[in-house]
This record gives sequence, structure tokens and C-alpha cells, in this order.
Amino acid sequence: MSLDAKIPQGPLAEKWSKHKFNLKLVNPSNKRKYDIIVVGTGLAGASAAASLAELGYNVKAFCFQDSPRRAHSIAAQGGINAAKNYQNDGDSVYRLFYDTIKGGDYRAREGNVYRLAEVSVNIIDQCVAQGVPFAREYGGLLDNRSFGGSQVSRTFYARGQTGQQLLLGAYSALNRQIHLGKVKMYTRHEMLDVVTIDGHAKGIITRNMKTGAIDTHAGHAVLLCTGGYGNVFYLSTNAMGSNVTAAWRAHKRGAYFANPCYTQIHPTCIPVSGDHQSKLTLMSESLRNDGRVWAPKTVEVAEKLRKKEITAAQVKEDERDYFLERKYPSFGNLVPRDVASRNAKEVVDEGKGVGGSGFAVFLDFAEAIQRLGEDTVRAKYGNLFDMYYQITDENPYQQPMRIYPAVHYTMGGLWVDYNLSTNVPGLYALGECNFSDHGANRLGASALMQGLSDGYFVIPYTLGDYLATIGPKAVDTSHPAFEQTKQDVVDYVNKLLSLKGNKTVSEYHRELGHIMWEYCGMARTAEGLTKAKAMIQALKADFWKNAIVTGENEEFNAALENAGRVADFIELGELMVDDALMRRESCGGHFRLESQTPEGEALRDDENYAFVAAWEFKGENQPEELHKEELVYENVKLTQRSYK
Amino acid sequence: MSGHMNLTLKVWRQKNAQTPGKFVTYKAENISPDMSFLEMLDVVNESLTHKKEDPIHFDHDCREGICGMCSLYINGRPHGPKRAITTCQLHMRSFSDGETITIEPWRSAAFPIVKDLATDRSAFDRIQQAGGYVSVNTGGVPDANSTPIPKVIADEAFNSATCIGCGACVAACKNASAMLFTSAKITQLGMLPQGQPERYSRVQAMVAQMDQEGFGNCTNTGACEAECPKEITLNNIAFMNNDFFSAKLFREQHAHDHTGGE
Repeated sequence: MSLDAKIPQGPLAEKWSKHKFNLKLVNPSNKRKYDIIVVGTGLAGASAAASLAELGYNVKAFCFQDSPRRAHSIAAQGGINAAKNYQNDGDSVYRLFYDTIKGGDYRAREGNVYRLAEVSVNIIDQCVAQGVPFAREYGGLLDNRSFGGSQVSRTFYARGQTGQQLLLGAYSALNRQIHLGKVKMYTRHEMLDVVTIDGHAKGIITRNMKTGAIDTHAGHAVLLCTGGYGNVFYLSTNAMGSNVTAAWRAHKRGAYFANPCYTQIHPTCIPVSGDHQSKLTLMSESLRNDGRVWAPKTVEVAEKLRKKEITAAQVKEDERDYFLERKYPSFGNLVPRDVASRNAKEVVDEGKGVGGSGFAVFLDFAEAIQRLGEDTVRAKYGNLFDMYYQITDENPYQQPMRIYPAVHYTMGGLWVDYNLSTNVPGLYALGECNFSDHGANRLGASALMQGLSDGYFVIPYTLGDYLATIGPKAVDTSHPAFEQTKQDVVDYVNKLLSLKGNKTVSEYHRELGHIMWEYCGMARTAEGLTKAKAMIQALKADFWKNAIVTGENEEFNAALENAGRVADFIELGELMVDDALMRRESCGGHFRLESQTPEGEALRDDENYAFVAAWEFKGENQPEELHKEELVYENVKLTQRSYK
Repeated sequence: MSGHMNLTLKVWRQKNAQTPGKFVTYKAENISPDMSFLEMLDVVNESLTHKKEDPIHFDHDCREGICGMCSLYINGRPHGPKRAITTCQLHMRSFSDGETITIEPWRSAAFPIVKDLATDRSAFDRIQQAGGYVSVNTGGVPDANSTPIPKVIADEAFNSATCIGCGACVAACKNASAMLFTSAKITQLGMLPQGQPERYSRVQAMVAQMDQEGFGNCTNTGACEAECPKEITLNNIAFMNNDFFSAKLFREQHAHDHTGGE
């Protein structure tokens, strides 16, 4: 199958408007004849479900949490970008587009990214109209802050809880449609398969997590808004329940998985404290506006700090290496995430790490507190400082924070065209679940922007075109494909429940995480990846022999849910390794040690790798087939990224 | 392994809402003070799983205090002994070696047990669905800076908006009242210019739904405020009561069903 991204022709700035005009419309009185399934209720899912219901479609929305408000978008801290140029500091749609393309290390589509920048301004308007309480200046107008990878202040925020406020806004819009009867909400339901008929997605199979009931749901289209797959690393900043299952099952039914190896390691997370660790906590990147990243210049001083013979405050100014400010004078502490993470790893690898484990560097606010006063710092970052204090029992107003990179976001995901359609007609992917807008590295405050862009302002237009094409003929679950797919799911669940070995699912998950972090994390080599592939295959075989899954299907059974998710993560892990091995270049979050500049920066190979890698599932234990979508740059010149 | 603790847990186990539950005693051994409370339960569950026993079910997700999913009643207090945090943010350094810890689910008729420590809080969603929104469709809204909002108002609205919907307020209240939860949304939207057009219909619709769900009424004890992990204040309840009386006395014409307009 050829991969047609369906990017509209014409000048960049006109593509989206022209495309909107060319898309077919569904007559208002026909919209109620269409049923749309939305899986996931984070920013992308909740905004899509609400907006489509407002247009008149019948929506069925699903989430695995006990309430749609708990989707993991809720945890995003720092902010949301928009090219409003309220600060009069030179921002524009084109600059946001350019920063995002460059930040993504030239591995994203121009057309998609420009559209994202274009609709970013509408998102802020929409959220304010919903009553989202963004931070404001004393004059009553909206405040902005700056974020990594950009030299303008274009990030809108609500203290350190921007994701929460935006999600509660989308949740309120969703609630209104539930009240009006246009959205039927299914909570504690997990999607376990996609039903396809004649190559088109026509429904899903779900498991009711309270009763175990396995049900069929039909619709004219299925929208997957199920987030990212960072938990393949076991430890990540994702919520415990975040999983790849919906996307992976869709992949196994024909949807291509694109750029799986592009994962983002966030530079400012709280370091691991021990083997019991279940997840990692991010400290917002906004902290890098005022916090200064440093490590001791010498191994000797680092050693003393690790042994607690001296405190950070006792390290003299000339014994400190503010390595980001030193190496990147123009961006300083605000270099993009991949650059900041890699540099922290480098320092730690040289033996200059701090904290008990040595896997940490400092993020120091002493200078900011002196310059701005403790009250101002508290007003800006109070909740983040409290969170840090709570977790580490160390007061960041008095001593520098210890930070270390952690897996945070996955740029890869289901392949979609410009319309957000996967290669399976009728099956769409929105938000972090798709691969489309961030290339090989996502800039801070762009995930919220993309989720809401897809849900509020893209899918309401592009979905209509498909629906108008297939027509409003009613769909139901009577087709044998539903019963067949349901039976497949029942068999799969029974197979999981039959596992009564001697190793817990969490133990497998942790092992997978170690393999992924070690060989497919911040730095990757052909040798390591080859080794990782064999290890994952062995882990998979062992899982299906020796895992323990307790309980039965007909009850609330977290062990069963987790087993299915980890089984899918293991399979995904192998594909990530394949993808990383295939891509013999460094770009963004994908750093191949074999491909670096003399200064140790990521070295792209545009001649051979300026493409999207879209993988096709070919059957259990079969190698996946690679399809390439060439990336065409008509507006920006591909250059070596420099933040010096 | 210095500083590690051994604890005794008394945990409420209940198969489902229809089956009676009981306390079961477990040992939690070799617990690091740096573990979160939920990580301590993970350790217990791993050992139960190895014995092929059913692990303890509890709701949890983000593990950083913002999703509102975790909901344990620990030693008689929602989210445990410390103020202004959720259970997932509670660390074992708040307990001492040899201690017995009692763990129960939220207790309220409006929050039926799903299993063990997990409850059904969908009543909260239904209160929000009754009117916790501004009725605007996607698109066609004014520029975000067209209505200046004084910083103090925006900050106050934000404080109310930080509610995570965990239900600790209900669990803490002797009347199982949901007034702190309900009033937080009413106050957030009632303070902002965007919320004015539906201000009085909203308060009536949400309060009616709250009553219908079987939550009790407020008797100004203040346990909700003391236990709220986000420190939502009783002022929100005062704001709600004020708007509710105002709506009842002077604005009966707005008392029709809050449909959000179509």
C-alpha cells in the first residue's frame, strides 16, 4: 500500500483553509444519523467527543478511568503554546511553525505543523470562553512564560496545573453534551479490539472493568485518543494506567505504527529513590526559566556530595559547571528537552552526578530567589516546590533540586494522514496516540496544543469528509465480524487468565523497562539494540509460560488488565528496537552513538532518513514490514540544529 | 536496609457491592521510608500475587496528586495523616516501625463499593453534568484577551478550579455532604465573567442533582476543608449558598432545567 499523507497542494499558509473548503460536508439534519466512537477522554478525546456532539453526531465515549476527568492529560504542568504574540516579542504563526519543525529535528510534516501553529490561537480563545482560569497580569490580560526551544514568550499557563485546567474545560464541554444526551459515556471500560468490515473500521470490542462483560459497539468511525506508550519503559512520568493496548490492537488489525523509536526523555524529573519506585514525577520545564542546571566540575567534589560530606551550598562558584549555559550560551538552560537530557546523562556518565545514587544533577534557584525574592518564586512555582519537598523531604527553597531525565512522551504513534485518518479507513488517531506533529522531539507546551488542536479544530472538519463519502446508512453489531472479533478477545482474555506461573506481571514489566532504558533510551547503538531484540523475544516467550494472572474475568480484576497491557508493551518494545536499529542516524530524541557531530551533538542523515517509518503488522512473531513516507520540505531549509 | 520498617495492615476486603466485606490483616515487611503509601501496597500485592492470592484492589493512576483517582481512608482520615496531599503523595516516612495501619474505602451511600478499596464516584460526574460548564460550542468565541479579568478574581477562580474530584470531602464529612465539591465548580464559574449568563440556573441544577444523589447537607463542621488535598476552602460553600438563596428568592424565572441551551 502506498502511503499518501494527503497534504493539500499550494502555499503553506493556505493549505488548511483551502482543504477545509474542499472537504465534503454532512448536512446538519443527517449528522444525527451517524454514530461516532471516541476512545479515551484526555484533551484529544474529550475535545473531539464534545465538538462532534455539538455538531449533531451521536457519540459514544470510552475511558478506562472511573471518570473522564482523570485522563492523564490532567497531569501536564507547564503550559500550552499559542502564536498570539500578546507579548509583542516577535511571535507569529510562522515562528511557532518554524520552532516546532526545528525542535522536531526536521522529522515532522510541514503541512501538519503549520496547521497546528495556525489553530493554536483558537485554542486559547476556546478555553478562556469555557472559563479556564489561565494566569493573568494585573491589568487583567493573559500572562505568558517562555519554554524550551523558543526565544519568545508564547506559553499560556495556569500555575503548574495547566493540563488539569484545560482538561477540566474539555471535560465540562463533554459533560454538557452528556447532559444533552448527545454523548453516551462509558467509564471503566477498556477497548480491547477494533472491528473492521471490508477494510473499514466499524466498531470496537470493550471489556467492562467492573463486571468483565465483553461487549461490541458499532459506529461509522472510530477515533483513538488513547495517549502515548511511555510506560513501555516501566518507569516514566505517565500515569500507572497509561497503556498502548488500544493503539496496539488497532495496529494488529492493520493500522501502521509510525516512528515508534521516537521517545522523549524529559530532563527535569525527580530522580529514582529505590527499586520500589512505581513511577517518576516530572518537574515542569518552566522551572528552567529561573532554575540553573549545574554539576560539580570535578569527580572529587561530586564524590563528596554523594557521600554527604559537603552540601551543595558549600560548593564554590568556580567548582560548579553550569554546563547548559556554558555549551549553549544563546539558549542556556532553555535548550530543547533532548539536548538538556543528553547533557545531564553525559555529566553523570563522567562520574559528576550527585545525590545518593549519583544519577542526578542540580537545578538551582538560589540566584532566582536572590534576584526575585522568595515570594515571587513561590507565586510562580509554589506547587512544584511543594511537590518536590513532599517527595524528597528536601526543601528546594534552601537547597538545589536534584533532577534526572525520565521518559515522558512518545512522538511516535499510529500513522495518520493530514486528515488524522490511519491507513484503515474510518479509524482515526488523535493527540499523543498519533505520530504526526512533533517529529523526533516535541517542544515543551506543545502536547496540550496538539491534543486540543486535533480534537477541537481538526477532526470536526476532516471526519465529515469521510462520513459524507460512506453515507449515513445505519450501522449495528449484527455483522458476523463483530461476533468473530469478540470471540478473539474472549479467547485472548482466557489465555491470559490461564497463566499460573511463578513470576508477577509487574516483574516482567520492570524487566522490559530495564531493557528499553538501557538499550533503547537516551543513547542507542546497533550492538545494544540487537542484544535488546533477543532479550525482548526471550522475555515474551517466558511471559506466556511463567506469568501469574490471578482471579477471573467476571470481576474487577486489575491483575488481568495489567497482564494484557504488559503483553502489548512487550510486543511494542520489540518494534521500537527494530525501528531504532533501522534508523542509523541521530535525530531529536533518537540518539545513535554511531551518528554524532565532533561536538557530540545529534547528527542527522537527511539524504537517507528524511522519511516517516510506518510499520505494518504481518502476523504473530513475523517481522513487520517497513513503509516509508518521504518528508518533503518546501519552506524550511534543513540545517543542523544549533542552540549555541 | 537501615531505616526499613515492618508494619501491620488492617485492610477492608469486599468482593463487590452485593457481598459483605471484612477487615483482613496483612504484614508489610521491609518497607522503605521513601516509598509512597501506594508503593507500599504494591509490595504487599506482589507478595499476595506470588502466593496466587487476589491482590488488594485500590484506585490509583497518576501517582502525583492530580488525577483524583486514589482514595484511601487511612487510620480514620481521608488520604491519611498529612494535610493537603493525596494518598499517592503520602510517604512511609510519615509512619513508624511496628505501627498498625487501618485502610478503608471512602464510606458514603452515594459512593458504592466496586471492590475492596475502590468505590464508584460517578455521582460526582452527574453533578457536573447537571450544570458545571459554560454553554459555549467549539469555535466562534471572542478573542481570549477581549475580556480583561482582574488578577485577584482569576486567582480566586483558579483556587476553586483546582478541585480534583477525589471525594475526600464526602468521606471526611459526618453527613457525607458533597457541598465542598459542588461549590468549588459553582464558585469558579460564578466568579468569572464567562460564567455569569448561567450563574443562577447552574447553582440550582447542580444543587438539585447533588441532593438527588443522596449526599447529606452541610452543618459547618469543616472536616471537608481540613481534609481536602487541594485546600478548597469553606468560602466556596458560602458562595454557593449565597447564589442558591439569591436564585431561590429573586430569580425563580431561571429555575427551569439547566439544559445549557441548544
